[in-house]
Amino acid sequence: MIFVALLVTGVTAATSLVIAAMGENMLYFYSPSQIRAGEAPSGSSIRVGGLVVDGSVQRGEGLEISFALTDGAATVDVSYAGILPDLFREGQGIIASGVLNAGARLQAEEVLAKHDENYMPPEVAEAMEAAKRSGAMAPHGSMRQ
Amino acid sequence: MTMTESLVDFFRMGGYAFYVWWSYVVVTVVLALNFVLPMLRHRRVRRDLAQELRFADRCDEP
Amino acid sequence: MWAFLHRFASPPHFYRRAGAIAPWLGWICLGLMAAGLYGGLVVAPPDYQQGESYRIIFVHVPSAWMSMFVYVVMAGASAIALIWRIKLAEVIAIESAPVGASFTFLALVTGSLWGKPMWGTYWVWDARLTSELILLFLYFGVMGLYAAIEDRRTAGRAAGLFAIVGVVNIPIIHYSVEWWHTLHQGPTVTKLSAPSIHVSMLVPLLLMAVSFKLFYVTVLLHRARCGVLERGRNAGWVRSLLARTEPE
Repeated sequence: MIFVALLVTGVTAATSLVIAAMGENMLYFYSPSQIRAGEAPSGSSIRVGGLVVDGSVQRGEGLEISFALTDGAATVDVSYAGILPDLFREGQGIIASGVLNAGARLQAEEVLAKHDENYMPPEVAEAMEAAKRSGAMAPHGSMRQ
Repeated sequence: MTMTESLVDFFRMGGYAFYVWWSYVVVTVVLALNFVLPMLRHRRVRRDLAQELRFADRCDEP
Repeated sequence: MWAFLHRFASPPHFYRRAGAIAPWLGWICLGLMAAGLYGGLVVAPPDYQQGESYRIIFVHVPSAWMSMFVYVVMAGASAIALIWRIKLAEVIAIESAPVGASFTFLALVTGSLWGKPMWGTYWVWDARLTSELILLFLYFGVMGLYAAIEDRRTAGRAAGLFAIVGVVNIPIIHYSVEWWHTLHQGPTVTKLSAPSIHVSMLVPLLLMAVSFKLFYVTVLLHRARCGVLERGRNAGWVRSLLARTEPE
């Protein structure tokens, strides 16, 4: 009976701990628009998610890098020094976590890549890209989060 | 491309060998255990029950 | 219909039938898995973004689907066992738990091994990953509760009730990627529009999914046979079964 009590307490404690951790992170990241609107706290660590703006990536000394993230409506500049995930590239969905400094620039401690739910061979992707370019009305890049 | 080259390429997995092959190893091991353990358990249960039965029969004898 | 179900649910009948069906299912499962692995590892082309690393999908996604499917079966069987007092349903529920926990573990481990090279991390506390981890705890809860309570009837009922309550987690797992911003991407195959995966990758994925489902059924039949034997240790049919097969 003691064992049962211990077990039930253990499972309950573990689950509630996890749910508490999740509550904090339910909104896993802020969008650049939310940051511009001042919804994210400055001074404490936050996550920003968006697409890496084409042409914004600038590499500095060693592993230093800076780039801009966009959600289509607003952009946030990010500085980072460290190892990037293999999927990091211009136009890719990225989640950067760190602290917003005075100039509303994110000093990132970690950069994670988010990929979309599409899987296809490279040739098919190229063909789709070509088709999109030839169709003048098609918007540039997809805006999925 | 020779046979060995394409084999080496296959096992390299474009540089992701560690992640891809460990995934498959873990899956293989866990599924194999899931398959073998109930087999062993079945054998054990039948042996134990048969033993119980023999014991009970002996007790029934005058 | 009812008569048939009742007959199938009788322990000796189930024991015999399950023993006859399981090997067949096992071989079909093995064949489909071989075809799926060949299609996924050899035939399917690399992904346009993720290169060869996406090949983890062929074990990750079927494991994740099964982790939820097995839970729903377990909860459903528990409900049947509680409402209609069908013993076999309780056996099915209890024997499903370790298999479901295995699939959940596999989904978490393979996802982690996929996340490191692509996302840049083995683990994040986003809603999808966290709710899947809670699913593993729920399986452990069902198994632990059943093992810890002395009285078999109480143990079966408590574990069944726990399983039924935990089913709320299933829609949370599925919709987590839509309800909240998560690092995990949205659904690929099960979304309402056409699946956004190339057919050369979709075919091996579905082959693996079907073979995982058959694997579960095969293992469940084996486990349930053991469960039925253990529970019927004093029943006449077990005695005659053992007497018939004893070499003496």
